[in-house]
Parts: sequence; C-alpha cells; structure tokens
Amino acid sequence: MNNYFKDNVFNKGKAFIPFITAGYPTLEDTIKFVLKMEEAGADLIEIGIPFSDPIAEGPVIQNASTVALKRGASLDKIFEMLEVLRQKTKIPLCFMSYINPLFKMGYDNFFKKCDELNIRGVILPDVPFEEKKEVEDVAKNYNVHIISLIAPTSNERIKTIAQKSSGFIYVVSSLGTTGVREKITTDLSKIDEIIRQNTITKTAIGFGINNPVQAKEVSKHADGVIVGSYIIKIIDKYQSDAQDEIYKYVKEMKSAINTP
Amino acid sequence: MTNGKYGDFGGQYIPETLMNEVINLEKSYEFYKNDEKFKSELDFLLKNYANRPSILYFAKNMTKDLGGCKIYLKREDLNHTGSHKINNVLGQALLAKYMGKKRIIAETGAGQHGVATATAAALLNLECEVFMGEEDIKRQALNVYRMELLGAKVTSVKTGTGTLKDAVSEAMREWTRRVDDTLYVLGSVMGPHPYPMIVRDFQSVISKEARSEILKVENRLPYAVIACVGGGSNAMGMFYNFIQDKTVKLIGCEAAGLGVDTDKHASSITKGSIGIFHGMKSLFCQDKFGQIAPVYSISAGLDYPGIGPEHAYLHSTKRATYVPIKDEQAVLAFEYLAKTEGIICAIESAHAIYHAMEIAPHIDKNENIIVCLSGRGDKDVASIARYKGRNIYE
Repeated sequence: MNNYFKDNVFNKGKAFIPFITAGYPTLEDTIKFVLKMEEAGADLIEIGIPFSDPIAEGPVIQNASTVALKRGASLDKIFEMLEVLRQKTKIPLCFMSYINPLFKMGYDNFFKKCDELNIRGVILPDVPFEEKKEVEDVAKNYNVHIISLIAPTSNERIKTIAQKSSGFIYVVSSLGTTGVREKITTDLSKIDEIIRQNTITKTAIGFGINNPVQAKEVSKHADGVIVGSYIIKIIDKYQSDAQDEIYKYVKEMKSAINTP
Repeated sequence: MTNGKYGDFGGQYIPETLMNEVINLEKSYEFYKNDEKFKSELDFLLKNYANRPSILYFAKNMTKDLGGCKIYLKREDLNHTGSHKINNVLGQALLAKYMGKKRIIAETGAGQHGVATATAAALLNLECEVFMGEEDIKRQALNVYRMELLGAKVTSVKTGTGTLKDAVSEAMREWTRRVDDTLYVLGSVMGPHPYPMIVRDFQSVISKEARSEILKVENRLPYAVIACVGGGSNAMGMFYNFIQDKTVKLIGCEAAGLGVDTDKHASSITKGSIGIFHGMKSLFCQDKFGQIAPVYSISAGLDYPGIGPEHAYLHSTKRATYVPIKDEQAVLAFEYLAKTEGIICAIESAHAIYHAMEIAPHIDKNENIIVCLSGRGDKDVASIARYKGRNIYE
C-alpha cells in the first residue's frame, strides 16, 4: 500500500494531476473528461466531491460545486458514476472532499467504497494534522491514504506533517483559496527542502497554478503539479464540449513540466 | 494545545493555512487573559465605553400580567451598540491590538456583530472589513450604513444562500488570504477552537453579573435562565456561570421560522444532526448527504444552520434544553414586550421572551426567571411592520 502513489503516479517523470468537480456540468461529462485527461497523459486525477459551502475554494470551484449539486451530483450518484468509469479505466484517482459528506455517509462506508473503486487517496482541506485521527484508522483499514496538506504558513509544522505523511503530500503554493494566480510568491524551495529532509513521500504543488511556464517553474520544487480552477474555467467556457480543450491543456502541461 | 473538545463536539476542522494562526491566537489569549494590563484595559472599556454592568431589570408589568414567577430581563440591549455583541468584540479587538494585528474582519447576520466590530475598530484604530450576506444586506440596510459610518468596509457575500453561513465562509476565506496582519473576530461561540472558548469567556460577564445581582435582590438562584440561540453567544454568556448550579434550568430558544415541520426553519438542535462544518463538530441542519441545508428565520441573527459546540454538548448531557420558537410567536412577543414594558427588543431576543411568556404562568410566584434581552429592536422595526402588512421602509 505504501508505494501505491510512488509506483503508479510519480513513476513517469514529474506528475501532472488535474482536478475536476464531479458532476460539472454533468456526471456523464465527468466520465468523458477523465478519460480524455488520461489519454493526454494525466498521472492522477483528483475528483472533487461538490460541497454546499466549500471554505477553501475560490469563486470558480465554488460555482462548479453549486451547479453540480443543483444537477443532482450527490455522493451516491458520484459513486455510481465512478463504478461506470472504473469499467473503462484503471487510471489512479483520488478524492478531494470536505469532511462532512464523508462523516454523514459514515467513514467505514465511504472508505470501503474507495477501496472497491481502487481510489487510494483522499484530500480533506478542512481536516488539518490535529484532526486527522478522525479518519486515519478507518482509511488505513481500507488501504486509503489521507493526503496531508502543507501551506505557506505551516513553518515548524512542516517537519511533523512530513514525517507522518502517507500517499503523497499536497503543497499549497499560496495563501488564500483555490484559483488562478498570476504569480506564486511563496518560497517553495525552502518548503521543499524541509519536506525532503523529513520524508521520502512524494509531493505535488497546487493552488493558483495555471500556465505551462508557471507549472514548469514550481515543478522544480516538487514531484508533481496540481491544477484545478483553470480546468474548471475551461469547462465553464466549453461545457459538455470541453474534452478537446482539456486534452490539449493536459498534454501541454504534462509536457511542460517534463521538458528539461 | 487543548484541542477544544466539548465531549464529542468542537475541534479545529480548518485549512492547514490557518492552523498556525489559531494556535497563535490560543497562546496569545491564554497569555493576555491573565495579563494585568490587558485585563484592566478591557475592564475599563467594558465599564466606560460599553456601559457595563448591564441592568437586571424586574419586569413588573409582565410578571403581573402573566401571573406566575417573577421575570427579570438582563438588559444587554442597553449596551453601547445595542446588543451583547460588544462584550466579545471589545475583548477580541483588544486582543488583536495586543497581538500586533492591523486589521480585523468579521461576519455578520443581523448586523449587530458587524456594527460592534466596526465600533471597536474605530475606537482602537484598526482597519475593519465586515462580510455580510446579500440577503441580510437587504434585510438590515440601516446596520450596513452604520458600519460604513464607523469606517468599516462592508462586503456583500453573494454565494450560497447569501446569509450568515455564507458570510462566515467568506470571512474564513479572507482570513486565509491575509492571515499575517488580520485577526478574524468571530461573533459567536462557534467555529474552530479557540473561538468557542474565547467568545464564551468574553460573554460570560452576562451571567457573572446576573448571578450576583439576582442573589442580591432575590436572595435565591433563578428557576431558569432563558436566551435565544443562533450560534449561541448570548445564551452561552447567560448560561455559563449557572452551569454549576444544578437547580437552575438553562433554556435556549432556537428559531423555528415557519415551523420545524416545514423546511423553513433554523432549528439545528430540534431538527439537525451531528456534522462537521465551519471548523467544528456540532449539530447542523443538513441533508442526508451532508450538504448544509438552507435555513430560514425572520431573524437574520438566528438564521444559521448550526450551533456552537458547547451548546451541542450541554444538549447531549441534558444540562440545557432547547426549544423551537416560530416567527409568529417571536413577533407576538416583540409586540407584547413593547406594549407591556415599553421595551422594543431585537427580534432575536423576542424568541426568548416568548418562551418566558409561555412558562412563567406555570412557575411558583416565589421563583424567578431571567431572560437575556440580547439586543434592542430598532433595527427590526421596519421589517416587523412589513411582516404585519405595513409598508414601511428605512
């Protein structure tokens, strides 16, 4: 279990990890987009479970969540969609979710489902290190990693979080919420250095990254790059017909971060 | 780190970006709450600026009319800015100053906490931004202008239902953007630890005063203390120093809107279930998939889908009881108190008044009850008039 991400995600150069809100604009589209992302070279796909009040999201993902929920992307429907998807692809998947939908479903039920669908990581933006025990043991029983986040403000916490990390580490590039940024000002090399001193767990940087130049720059300080809001913006524009644009974008980003 | 648990409730369910800051806040609070300079400065402000202690008023006409136990009103409405909110805000704004912050932000529903925060910011020379749902901005236009008059920036929150919960979410988001120079002054006993503790401590002055005053005038403890609950700050303040007095009933009145059997209410204890949201494990109005439900109340201040974790705990241990009060009942109490005692109270507080009206006739004449009159009702006059079919606009 411990090497799942190392062996399946971070094994083809720098990993490119696109995010997608499940059910935006529809659940059928999610299947279509994930398959296109895989085709374009995505190494791991982060499936966002829409939440009514996503406190770590900027306006772009907030809106996608609201629309998805309005169109009925409830957790049971999302699992049904993933069962269909799993018949078509083995691509590594992880979840991004606020804790309450998991709590309400029951942690045991949720992680059991993850196991059945071979979803090996869950990112919980409102569960910091101190509250990880809430889900850690149940997740472990089903071979699912709780992905730890490290933020620009983590400072002396980086060491502890890194030492106790599993799966991969999500490095939050900037203060604030998710969303496209022109510049990343955090000293990522310093964060990277402290992480490397304390763990062999792989890392991926996200929050605010959108273009290939920026992605290439930040990828120097991590094993992978995560992009969320920019992909949702592509879907905002092209809706159900976004697959070709998504394909082009993912291919371009994967190539950019792996060009010497 | 105590982690701030109340039984199963509470905790710190927030983004990693904020963790060091809430730890810093807890450390600063634990230090300054015992610091003589901080304590005397806060004490001075409470007395000379906020008008404490607030009066414990014997509602003679109401007592006579209802024909049961004696009814006392703890007049938080007479505080500067017109509600109990100032008690907490002065504490937190002063703490922000001592922590070296330049800027404070806050959420507001009815506008009472926003006005109190803007006031403290003006007094203590701090920059201030208040987040308010766009629906509430419409409902409470006068308070919006008040905040602006006090020099605060009021930001309209258009996401979600455009009410208090969305204002809290947006204030949290803003805090993750400006964590270095900004303190989030949370208005209720909710959110991540240490807020439920800090706000409760600053509001506990209500029951500290009420307890000694009632013993002085009645020479006995009250039969019950009653307060309205949204997030639950005035109720926690009213309950706190009576928790150890096992004979004193603690009663919270939550907003039942059009009724708890409709989908238009904000009764998180009566109709909610355990969940994790806005930094805390507590009781929330939510659907079966854990999505937070839109809530409704005539009162913008009670229009919140959750309740502070210590209330959830007091409920689970049965130390406190919580009753739902409908819009129409609150409006009836609002009018009753105006006509009977000459006091126009906040529509939030009217929820507690209504329950007092219901139970007082059945309690022995020698007993007494205290109702926390959390705020004054000037802000509600126009909307109550409209509720009654009179087209008055502010």
